[in-house]
Amino acid sequence: MRRAVLLVFVIVGLAWPLLAPRYFVFLASLVFVNAIVAMGLNLLSGYTHQLSFGHAGFLAIGAYTTALLGLHGGGLPAPLALLGAGVVTAAVGVALGLPCLRLEGLYLTMATLAFGFVVIEAILNLDRLTNGADGLRVPAARMGPWALTTDGARYYLVVVVTALLVIAALNVTRMRVGRALLAIRESEIAAQASGVPVATWKTIAFALSAFYTGVAGGLFAWLIGTLSPDAFDVFLSVDFVVMIILGGLGSVPGSIVGAAVVTVLNDALAGFQNYRPLIFGTILIGCMLFMPGGIAGAWRRQTAP
Amino acid sequence: MRAQLELHDVSVSYGQRRALEDVSLTVGAGEIVALLGANGSGKSTTLRTISGLVRPSRGRIAYEGRDITTWQPDGIVAAGVGHVPEGREIFSEFTVLENLLVGGHTAPAREIPARLQRALAMFPVLRERQRQPAGTLSGGEQQMLAIARALMAAPRVLLLDEPSLGLAPRLAREIFRMIERINAAGVTVLLVEQNARRALAVAARGYVLETGRIVMTGASSALAADPRVRAAYLGG
Repeated sequence: MRRAVLLVFVIVGLAWPLLAPRYFVFLASLVFVNAIVAMGLNLLSGYTHQLSFGHAGFLAIGAYTTALLGLHGGGLPAPLALLGAGVVTAAVGVALGLPCLRLEGLYLTMATLAFGFVVIEAILNLDRLTNGADGLRVPAARMGPWALTTDGARYYLVVVVTALLVIAALNVTRMRVGRALLAIRESEIAAQASGVPVATWKTIAFALSAFYTGVAGGLFAWLIGTLSPDAFDVFLSVDFVVMIILGGLGSVPGSIVGAAVVTVLNDALAGFQNYRPLIFGTILIGCMLFMPGGIAGAWRRQTAP
Repeated sequence: MRAQLELHDVSVSYGQRRALEDVSLTVGAGEIVALLGANGSGKSTTLRTISGLVRPSRGRIAYEGRDITTWQPDGIVAAGVGHVPEGREIFSEFTVLENLLVGGHTAPAREIPARLQRALAMFPVLRERQRQPAGTLSGGEQQMLAIARALMAAPRVLLLDEPSLGLAPRLAREIFRMIERINAAGVTVLLVEQNARRALAVAARGYVLETGRIVMTGASSALAADPRVRAAYLGG
């Protein structure tokens, strides 16, 4: 049964650019990009209880890195550009993660919130590099001699990258890395007493989370074509948090479902911009009250014997 | 007897509150030493300070002649000091096997299979339940798992925090037999325990903590006979 459902999803997913109108191809790509961010945020928040309200900042760093590599990198192939975006963002993640080790709870959240604002200010002020508020045009992704200029081509790139990162995320939680991260989530004291170097792993979680988000930023840059700092405001960071809380903290499938729901809802509510915070706020409170494990948790309870 | 673990005038503060004040104690190689005291007297803090989870504001901790006062917890575990924390703190969503694997986090990969076998041989009930989520174990089994997890790091000193807490008398007796077996295999034990009678029965010596200070020390038989200890911890 589960295999059949999964198979249908894979087939529809692969045939989507042939079936759906252009705009929905773009929207589906955006769902996957947001799913990558949600998985990345979940590596940090779901596994080590460090809630970040700054992931729009990481997304921006990945996006601008990709755009600048495209402009000055001499036709760098897309996988390398994404890798570059991921590595640069991960480095920033470590730089933010190290001082954040001393912070907990609300203070950590405030530091990440401030980080998001700092990134926007940096983009505005480095206008010789980023073109500031005027916006930066992103050259199309390249694969050797080809430029990925259609929504369909970009969609398939996004799908492949998402698939690889889903597989990696699923395996991370099964390997020694994931076991250490999950152990910290279950009991930080016991993890420490067992000799798990908690500070190191928390920093690694920050780096991994930033890497995912940086890669997503690269894909995002290609999808929207023009970057400006206002696309990465704090409300986007809040959206990411809503995705993982709605989807389920610490769950990879939950990240994807949460990203899909929030992205589609955001699109459907485009005409009611002023009410968005109200609606998402209601969703958050509703989740915390009635569905603490998010959609993934509710699903587990439904299917549990 | 060679001192394996020594605390010299160790003080610890949590914010404004003094949790330990000038605590000095010695644990000799191969000994079982009991640390007695009421709730909040600083017993757990003492163990946490030894294993690096809490930083002392003053004083020095030496292990096998090395100063470990400023070491990180993982370094202390790797050097051979295991800690079974208060309340067991097992990873309840992990299986029994996964719990043990986390316990072996500092061990070289090639030694893990042998250590697993040794831990499972020592606790046959865990072998039966190795694929089961640890949260489904009974209290006694969870305590055994917490001890087995600490043994995965092949400690030479084991810090045990309230191993019999919340256990039925029969299970508590079994845990204490385990502790004696672990000690007989050459592991030094520093035991924190509410149940002073039982602790003094297995320990050679003991220390009594009161509001963060050591107020009494001596052989277990002397402590058990002391009228103040009897009144406070042995029910008269």
